[in-house]
Amino acid sequence: MNAQTWWLLLEGAWTTAWISGVAIAIGVVAGLAIALVRMARIPVIDQVLVIYISLARATPLVTLVLFIFLVAPTFGIVMNRNIAGIMALTLNTAAFNAEIWRAAFLSFSREQKEAALACGMTNGVIFRRIMLPQMFTTSLPGLVNEMSFLIKGSPAIAVIGIVDLTRVTNRISAVTYEPLPPILAAAALYMIIISMLLKLQDMAEKKANRLTM
Amino acid sequence: MTEWDIIWAARDDFLYGFANTLVIFALSALLAFVLGCVIVYLLEGPKSGPRTLLRWLINIMRTLPFLILAYLLYYGLPTLGVRLDAWTAGVGALIVYHGAYFAELLRGARVVLPGGTVEAARAYGFTTFTMFMRIILPQLLIRTRPLIGNQLVICLKDTAFLTIITVQELTAAANSVQSTYFIPLEAFVVVIALYWLISICLEVTIKQLGRFGKKRGFEHA
Repeated sequence: MNAQTWWLLLEGAWTTAWISGVAIAIGVVAGLAIALVRMARIPVIDQVLVIYISLARATPLVTLVLFIFLVAPTFGIVMNRNIAGIMALTLNTAAFNAEIWRAAFLSFSREQKEAALACGMTNGVIFRRIMLPQMFTTSLPGLVNEMSFLIKGSPAIAVIGIVDLTRVTNRISAVTYEPLPPILAAAALYMIIISMLLKLQDMAEKKANRLTM
Repeated sequence: MTEWDIIWAARDDFLYGFANTLVIFALSALLAFVLGCVIVYLLEGPKSGPRTLLRWLINIMRTLPFLILAYLLYYGLPTLGVRLDAWTAGVGALIVYHGAYFAELLRGARVVLPGGTVEAARAYGFTTFTMFMRIILPQLLIRTRPLIGNQLVICLKDTAFLTIITVQELTAAANSVQSTYFIPLEAFVVVIALYWLISICLEVTIKQLGRFGKKRGFEHA
């Protein structure tokens, strides 16, 4: 393993990181939006979202990535690989995040809401000032856990030819004929990324527990 | 001929892929589960060097993507002189990976298991093995039922990764049908519906088992 292979590996790690990062950012917000819409219990939309969540949880990421990337052209949409990858990861993670946010909604204390109403706050203000900050703290461990699941699922984007941290090992071994070292190095990089997230989850859990005290 | 007629004509491909996915899933889930139970059994007892090592290995699995492990077995092992075909490497990777996750789930439940039943079993002179099989394991299984259900769905989804190391499973079937006839939408709709079907069956089964747990008064809090 020379400097160049390490450089290629780091490039792969960067691809994995930025695509996952974008998917996480959109997925967390989209999950919140879905949870909000579901809490409103609008007749048809609610059922549609339930089906979406159930489907997204059952569909393997590899299948979803291929589906989005291959089906888009039949509708006349020119699909960029990276965008297809981000879309698939986002659709997947948003469904899980929606359930995490919804659990935080359902467990939010009624007393606080009533107190805020009694103080003359409108629903929007209650949500922004009272509910969201606390829900964020209580959901954070779950959200971070989902982030590490997303990174562990991210090699699925390799199936449409994105050169991520997993796929790059094929490229390197095609030149060096030694597949073992790059795969082990990639594994080490994944371990670093995901260990950091697990550490973050631990810290988030401690903070959430302090809130419930 | 419409697209759906083509799908129907290619049903053998889908059925073959579906059967292969089911076999891979059933075999690896079962063996991973057994492996998880064996690991938790081996962790039973005071702290020691090998047990710490075992916990380390579980934690390593928890920080790796499944595909990297499959790569390691399929592309990496031949360097060491062990050549596995794609199917064996894939199933082996699923077993090891999910075995570690099952072990972690059960271990989590073991840590919070009240000590009374274990002490009582010891007082009655149970050996560690009989105690584990008859007292500890049943309680752990009933308590971790929902988590095991989740893990099974994750295991099912991970079987799709094997298409990347050229295993002919369900996703690979969709991919080959769509590339032959250029009908990606229909091919993938069928396949996603099949995955959905399996996971719904899994969820229903786990719920049914929950009734059994409730009857015994073991519902997970």
